[in-house]
Amino acid sequence: MPLSATSVSASLSGRTVLHQVDLTLRPGQVTGLLGPNGAGKSTLMRVLAGQLGHGGHVGLDGTNIAEMSDLVRARSIAWLPQARVLSWSISVEAVVQLGRLPWHDWRSVMSAKDRELCAAAMQLLDVTSLALRAATELSGGEQARVLMARAVAQDTPVLLADEPASGLDPAHQISMMASLRQLAGQGRTVLVSLHDLSLAARWCDRLVMMKDGAIAADGEPNEVMTNEILREVYGINAQIGRDECGLWLAPLGLT
Amino acid sequence: MNRVKLIALLGAMSGLCFALSLLTGPARIGPMDSIRALMAGGNEAAMIIMREIRLPRALLGLLIGFSLGVAGAALQGFLRNPLAEPGIVGISASASLGAVLLFYTGLAGVSLLALPAGALAGAAVSVVVLLAISAAQASTITLILAGVALSSLAGALTSLVLNLSPNPYASYEIIFWLLGSLKDRTMDHVWLVLPLMGLGWAALWASSRTLDALSLGEEGASGLGVNVARSRLLVICGVALCVGAATAVSGAIGFIGLIVPHLVRPLTNRLPSQLLLPAGLGGAALLTCADVVSRTVIGERELNVGVVTALIGAPFFLWLVFRSRRELF
Repeated sequence: MPLSATSVSASLSGRTVLHQVDLTLRPGQVTGLLGPNGAGKSTLMRVLAGQLGHGGHVGLDGTNIAEMSDLVRARSIAWLPQARVLSWSISVEAVVQLGRLPWHDWRSVMSAKDRELCAAAMQLLDVTSLALRAATELSGGEQARVLMARAVAQDTPVLLADEPASGLDPAHQISMMASLRQLAGQGRTVLVSLHDLSLAARWCDRLVMMKDGAIAADGEPNEVMTNEILREVYGINAQIGRDECGLWLAPLGLT
Repeated sequence: MNRVKLIALLGAMSGLCFALSLLTGPARIGPMDSIRALMAGGNEAAMIIMREIRLPRALLGLLIGFSLGVAGAALQGFLRNPLAEPGIVGISASASLGAVLLFYTGLAGVSLLALPAGALAGAAVSVVVLLAISAAQASTITLILAGVALSSLAGALTSLVLNLSPNPYASYEIIFWLLGSLKDRTMDHVWLVLPLMGLGWAALWASSRTLDALSLGEEGASGLGVNVARSRLLVICGVALCVGAATAVSGAIGFIGLIVPHLVRPLTNRLPSQLLLPAGLGGAALLTCADVVSRTVIGERELNVGVVTALIGAPFFLWLVFRSRRELF
């Protein structure tokens, strides 16, 4: 399902953080959301997830998400917030199963399909071997994967993940991005915010770069990852190369 | 432990403590005579003792213990704070203040139910304040802070009333009531609290899925389709009904709502929803048992059950913290 923002603006504590943003996310694509700290990435994602009051219009397949019930929205959009909160030492399996909550009413129990989806999500994020461990006792990177598996288990057409790869070791960063690609390959709409420019350039189908609450660049990685745009948005000089798998990028210094 | 087994075990423990409570008292009535008096009537004095003194006391022990256990488990889950207990949101302190004011004005003697009514009014006032605060998009921390402030204010006003109380006897009565007791309660008290507590249990049970979702934080829960503001209302009202009704008939009984969830949690899968019923049953068993102890431990004189729960509870809690220093929750 396409998710579109039209002239979206948002304020936090009276300060305008998003200025008239237009963005349409397409199914089957992993869109990377980039930009310096404070550019408005998380705010835009929260607006798209229906978690923040905003001006303008956010539509999922034409339906205004502000008019959706909480449950219908949770069955359409999975939202992985940046803050990794796990309050009780519940098992990894139980955390992932929380992702099935929107699909249940107050008295139903986990069905075979629920268990299947949870097992698949855990497999995808490589946390199956941790299933019975207490989630609070895991390392930060492992927790990130568990929480991502929770979002995947929600089995929604749209997945919005705020910095899911931060704190992961390089191998798991790559496998996390590969799983996002796999999810997009199943026809899902995926938006992911990232700080690792190489990871974004190599694994995303499309990059959206934000600066000061507005979109500064939008396009395929080779259109967006140019020295000119990086200088303007991040204030850095970078060496940009290309190999058979795509772009790579090494930040060299400040401009 | 398997959930069904755990619930059966805790249920059996509650039943055992209930039976023990029925058999405990200054009048020496044998077990068989007690049952006969309770069921069929039997000899006059034994019947009155069983039906009008021991039965309401044992029932209230179960009901209040259950309510405090459930309320404690729900609040810890909702506030995502292992230190939360029903007292933290200020409802029990406000209920106590309501009752104390009735003592002070002398209205407590007007009717048997005047005191509970005063306590319920006190609890209601605190709920209105809490709801007013949490209606305005307040965070969980704000709710805790408001509860602490409310609790302190009610405590200060209670002290003020004690200070101004007209005669030492009134002060004695107030202090005695504040220590918490199940002595000399009637079936009227049971009928008064039962519907209120029933509503409270229902509200907390209805919010159990929300409590699970909140394990992922408010933002995570909201992403799972949970309306956090609405569930906040549900939890506050549920806790207020449970704790307000409990305090109204027994005075302030501490520690049950704090300790029982901790005792039971390691035996569950630690999801807040799975803790509610076991914590309730554990609370019922513990309070009924403490009430038996309060009647038997020093011969003729009876202790206040609130003193016993604190005396058992605090050291036990300390031991629990000591034993599992790493992680309690």
